[in-house]
Amino acid sequence: MSGLMWFAIYLAALLIGAYVFRAAGQAATSNTPKFRDMSYGEALGYVLGAGLLLWAVYYYFQPKILDTGVPNAGVIFFRWAVQGFIIAAVAAYLFRLLGRFVGTEATKKLFRSMPLTASFGILVIFIYAFVAIFAGAIAPYGQAEILGAANVMAGGDPALGGNPEYPLGTDQIGRDILSRLIFGAQNTVGIAFVTTCLSFFIGGSLGFLAATLQGWLDQLLSRSVDVLMAIPSLIFALLLMTIASVWAVELGVPLTIFMVLIIAVIDSTRVYRLARAVGLNIVVMDYIEAAKLRGEGLGYLVFKEILPNAMAPLLAEFGLRFCFVFLTIAALSFLGVGIQPPLADWGTMVRDLAPFINFAAFAPTAAVTPLLAAGAIALLTVAVNFVVDWMLHKSSGLKE
Amino acid sequence: MSDLLTIKGLRIEGRSDETWNPIINGVDLNLKKGEVLGLIGESGAGKSTIGLACMGYTRDGVRISEGSVEFDGIDLVGASASVKRGLLGKRIAYVAQSAAASFNPAHKLMDQHTEGPVQHGVDNRATSAEDGIELYRKLRLPNPDEIGFRYPHQVSGGQLQRAMTAMAMSCRPDLIIFDEPTTALDVTTQIEVLASIREIVEEFDTAAIYITHDLAVVAQMADKIKVLLRGDEVEEADTRTMLSSPKEDYTKSLWAVRAFERPTKPPVAEGSVPVVSVRNITAAYGTTDVLHDVSFDIHAGRTVAVVGESGSGKSTAARCITGLLPPRMGEIAFDGVVLPANYKKRTKDQLRQAQMIYQMADTALNPRKTIGQIIGRPVQFYGGLTGAKRRARVDELLDQIELDPETYRDRLPSELSGGQKQRVGIARALAAEPKFIICDEVTSALDQLVAEGILRLLADLQDKLGLSYMFITHDLATVKAIADEVVVMKDGKVVEQGPKLDMFTPPHHAYTDLLLSSVPEMDPDWLTNLLAERGVDNIGDAAVDKM
Repeated sequence: MSGLMWFAIYLAALLIGAYVFRAAGQAATSNTPKFRDMSYGEALGYVLGAGLLLWAVYYYFQPKILDTGVPNAGVIFFRWAVQGFIIAAVAAYLFRLLGRFVGTEATKKLFRSMPLTASFGILVIFIYAFVAIFAGAIAPYGQAEILGAANVMAGGDPALGGNPEYPLGTDQIGRDILSRLIFGAQNTVGIAFVTTCLSFFIGGSLGFLAATLQGWLDQLLSRSVDVLMAIPSLIFALLLMTIASVWAVELGVPLTIFMVLIIAVIDSTRVYRLARAVGLNIVVMDYIEAAKLRGEGLGYLVFKEILPNAMAPLLAEFGLRFCFVFLTIAALSFLGVGIQPPLADWGTMVRDLAPFINFAAFAPTAAVTPLLAAGAIALLTVAVNFVVDWMLHKSSGLKE
Repeated sequence: MSDLLTIKGLRIEGRSDETWNPIINGVDLNLKKGEVLGLIGESGAGKSTIGLACMGYTRDGVRISEGSVEFDGIDLVGASASVKRGLLGKRIAYVAQSAAASFNPAHKLMDQHTEGPVQHGVDNRATSAEDGIELYRKLRLPNPDEIGFRYPHQVSGGQLQRAMTAMAMSCRPDLIIFDEPTTALDVTTQIEVLASIREIVEEFDTAAIYITHDLAVVAQMADKIKVLLRGDEVEEADTRTMLSSPKEDYTKSLWAVRAFERPTKPPVAEGSVPVVSVRNITAAYGTTDVLHDVSFDIHAGRTVAVVGESGSGKSTAARCITGLLPPRMGEIAFDGVVLPANYKKRTKDQLRQAQMIYQMADTALNPRKTIGQIIGRPVQFYGGLTGAKRRARVDELLDQIELDPETYRDRLPSELSGGQKQRVGIARALAAEPKFIICDEVTSALDQLVAEGILRLLADLQDKLGLSYMFITHDLATVKAIADEVVVMKDGKVVEQGPKLDMFTPPHHAYTDLLLSSVPEMDPDWLTNLLAERGVDNIGDAAVDKM
């Protein structure tokens, strides 16, 4: 009951605060249009934002360990989040600064007009690419190497069950998590990238083809895509992967190849729909008619006239699709038919270490282990979308 | 009598590339109650910006930096949002250029009509709806009792424009701003809308600002005219003085646009083979015929203007000639040789011989390609030129259309003005070295001065290269300027055809007569005289329907 009462008090304070804020603003600035025409909702937004900021600062400085000796997990995670955010922002700022003074004239110019989010995204993608390419050289141990102790805590502090030799700890059968994260970048990101590219190639070219030719081909392709989309994608993928696992053995082809193909085909249906819709809007343009009347072939129409104009929405979709493919692979691995052990893969790592989440309340460092792989996925997803957003803004003239 | 609207030293700036650039550089304006002011200028002159500023409003990224806008003693620049909310719609109303885009397609006309009076508390729904029907009747809309129950898409463009005027009138405002209300309409529709607007503005003694680029239109509507050029006032005078004795050179040049006219060419030699011969074509979209037995010839070095209102089948005829729409019956011959009906079956050389220039240069040029690429592609595709030779040819073409190759070769279409884009469209057609070019409303989206430049260029090119043009247009002034022969179309049929001189001298076919008489003239009494002569029920679409 008292909780509800407090909530009511806070709410009342907010509502009154907003009114007072606006009135004070009007009085202090002698009624400038900004305050004069400010709606009540807008004032409420300002006050709410300020309130949340105050609360965040207050919460950040709460003690890490409660009087009872139990760690205050909420505060610890919140501090990590804030620190991570600040480090990311500073790194992105420094990276952009670097980009403004190093490199060719063109890249310098690019960096000068770049928002912080985009430079953060590019930095993260660079790091991932670097780690993925040089995984063998960077990782302290092999991805399948079983070392002595299992379930070593992250943090490397022996007093808390860690080991400086394994800074991020070891998993349930004693493999170094840091090494597996690094190799995971190679496996998961590499495969997801190849899969997404393939699905865009298939879906994009068929979609544009359908938009350009229309008629029976469009009907055939679109209805086939409808049929494929009618089947829940994960279950469909699971089914096909089960079949493929038999073929893989018979044909002696790695199952991963089948996985790439299957996910690419299933995902290409979504790309097809988008490419066709965007393409239909472009083929009605007069410049397409002019090219047709010139006698241009289909290849020129699709790749030289339509594609450049469809680039913006396709790029946006690429950023999103890449993340979905990534998650599909993780999900398949989680279900046991994706990337096969002992190859490291972030999805599998999350599944294997998931039970540790239960320790979050009293041992935050232990709970971190599954979150590392999940965080790696999330970070890349955010980074890719930041970059795609920026490219869209630059290339499509969304600013208009 | 005191002024209703006073604008003093108005300066407006727009933000682009991180800086504020001036749009309006100090314009003064006075409007008395019941007075109609015509604002005239090319696109970019700031007409619409001033129109919006009269309501104390600016578009996003635009601000009023200096000056005052005073409406009936209320300063609109400094007015708070709530003060403006009380005025706009109630005492100041706005009629936009495209009624089709400004009405909400999800609501019926009457629901949108009554919204203003109800919101402002002027009237309740029922009485305001009754008043709406009364206004519809005054504006001579067909079925005034029922038209309010239709959705915007169920009403024609001209009717929609009048419904919007009725909506603006719903609160009986003191001032209405008309922003190019008839620009998108056919001449016969335009004349009806003009007559209705003028009548209703007079009846309620409403002050109005009428924004347009068409001088002849403003001559009918306005008591005084203000000419704008790139944000500066050129001159202001009452309509008759302005028309009879313009002072400034710029105004004179605007007046002179319609003076361009090509000399009459000698008649075509008997028995010569026409470049393009359209023989008895009937074409259909789906199962409805849209062209009925259309025939005309286009001879070498001649311009044939195809005239008609929207929906008359002008563009469909062009689509048949290009092969985009294979005709159901009849044939197209090029230099006496019958062409395959479908463009896909034509040879590369047959395709090369006939080129097309489009109405909207924005959609006719690929926005992702540079001017050099756009013009270079047909050069390479047909002529097989590559590398330096291709570049040289592109430069030559750019010279021909009077654009500097160095400056424009590597630009994107979005970095060009409307007239320049249209020139690039011409260069692309020329690059194929054709004998015949279809010009589909190439000047209708352009300002008069710019359009005249394009017409002169096309005429020069014709003289130099011996091109034949099929000139599709609804603007009779353009026909007068450039055509050698005229084909008048209505409802997919050829109503009348012949040499230009014959067409412009009576006797005409009834429809041609109506078209010709609907083109506004520079005489301020033109509309009044026409109405007196024909009667309100015998102009515009009403007259077309009677045929």
